[in-house]
Amino acid sequence: MKVLVTVKRVVDYNVKIRIKSDNTGVETANVKMSMNPFDEIGVEEALRLREAGIASEVIVCSIGPQQAQETIRTALAMGADRGIHVKVDEDVQPLGLAKLLKAVVERDEPGIVVLGKQAIDMDNGQTGQMLAALLGWSQGTFASDVTIDGSTMTCVREVDAGLETIELQLPAVITTDLRLNEPRYASLPNIMKAKKKPIDALTPEDLGVDVTPRLEILKVENPPTRKAGAFVESAAELVSKLKNEAKVI
Amino acid sequence: MSVLVIAEHEDGSIVGATFATVAAALTIDADVQMLVAGHDCATVADAAAKIAGVTKVRVVDNATYAHPIAESMADLIVSLASGYTHVLANHTTVGRNILPRAAALLDVAPIADIQLVIDADTFERPIYAGNAIATVKSSDAIKLLTVRGTAFEGAAPEGGSATVEPADAGAETSLAKFVSQELSKSERPELTSARVVVSGGRGMGSGENFAILEPIADKLNAAIGASRAAVDAGFVPNEYQVGQTGKVVAPDLYIAIGISGAIQHLAGMKDSKVIVAVNKDEEAPIFQVADFGLVADLFKAVPEIDEELGKQL
Repeated sequence: MKVLVTVKRVVDYNVKIRIKSDNTGVETANVKMSMNPFDEIGVEEALRLREAGIASEVIVCSIGPQQAQETIRTALAMGADRGIHVKVDEDVQPLGLAKLLKAVVERDEPGIVVLGKQAIDMDNGQTGQMLAALLGWSQGTFASDVTIDGSTMTCVREVDAGLETIELQLPAVITTDLRLNEPRYASLPNIMKAKKKPIDALTPEDLGVDVTPRLEILKVENPPTRKAGAFVESAAELVSKLKNEAKVI
Repeated sequence: MSVLVIAEHEDGSIVGATFATVAAALTIDADVQMLVAGHDCATVADAAAKIAGVTKVRVVDNATYAHPIAESMADLIVSLASGYTHVLANHTTVGRNILPRAAALLDVAPIADIQLVIDADTFERPIYAGNAIATVKSSDAIKLLTVRGTAFEGAAPEGGSATVEPADAGAETSLAKFVSQELSKSERPELTSARVVVSGGRGMGSGENFAILEPIADKLNAAIGASRAAVDAGFVPNEYQVGQTGKVVAPDLYIAIGISGAIQHLAGMKDSKVIVAVNKDEEAPIFQVADFGLVADLFKAVPEIDEELGKQL
């Protein structure tokens, strides 16, 4: 069984973002970009499935501009076998992403697709669920543990009140949560090897998918800023101010 | 036309965030209906009918919905959606699991985590962990939205008198089934609805040390939370996590102990009314959002705060 894992190139999580002066979006030119952290967890999980003998091949797919190939190379350096780059210069929204990925799934026929539970730029958290719907597959979202036995997958999910265990029929879509695993670092020999691994280049037209956005982003603004308060000298002063000044206790 | 709100419920009662979602729905349209899908869920339906502003409750009482499995719930929502202009769910792990699936089946682009309704087509939502706010306009015939619970004052649980009407169950899914759940048991208020939250970070040093927060939490009737760093370090389980990748809270009082204030943590608590930070590093970014900052070793400061609470309250 092949496993498809998706990776997105996003502004690095340590970067303090800047809003473009015309309020059309967030500045990404000359900003450090990295693989979405949840996708690193996804790549790791796919590799572990291969190492456990469940997956025969790990295919990594990214949808985005030319530079998305760097993110695919990072996944190949971690150990993925080959890449698929769907080149799109504009931002694609989750519905469009899900349609493109469905076409990729039909082309390459994986039995499991692993995605991050959300990308840390747009924070939508929708693509995995939407892909599962379009394929008519089961979904194991916010996964913190995955075990596969024949044609069933047992998935432990991080839910608001604790943990939930569900049983899914394969094929299935998984979205990763933080505690699923700790992603490995790419070793130097593997980084060198990754340069020779193949990446198929496709376009939405090749896949016959219309990715016209349904949602119009009218503007992007800074959130209201919170004004910093003051330091207190002691626990006594703190409690007194909470009680008498802020009146919250 | 009307707006449909998916009721999230657990152990026979409606989950708090649902009241905020009803409130959001009422800013879109005066005719707000609710879907209660569950098993033996008559009491939930009755409670939903009492929520102020709800006009009709559609109940699907069937073993298929004993747990909100996304595959079944999405099919059910799709079967009902044509009568509505908007379908809203909580931006909780339940709503986030189900609603995008239903949206894809309807060929609709869902909008996640709305914090403001500008008009029936236009919504505000945080992106980049709340470091930017996007105004988004939908051109879909039906809008599917998940709602940020802390951004709307919840609808009153009493005062409504909606009609309760059964709706048809969908087919049982063979794709997925519920096996078990392991819910953290706590006598404390629930994190997202507590009036006071006391959170610990990496500075706590260990899971055992979280015990020093308990006396304060007891005195203030507070929920206990944690930063992602504390969860990643294995000090506490993930359901404690406040932040971009955890829960979003906006209590009257948020007390951050040994939390540096990473962007991703601030995303989950910066809308709190009053923020207190205790950290030994006076340069910690948490102090930039704190109303009251105390630069101190937390292992000394926390027992002192507890003692002062005992004296002054």
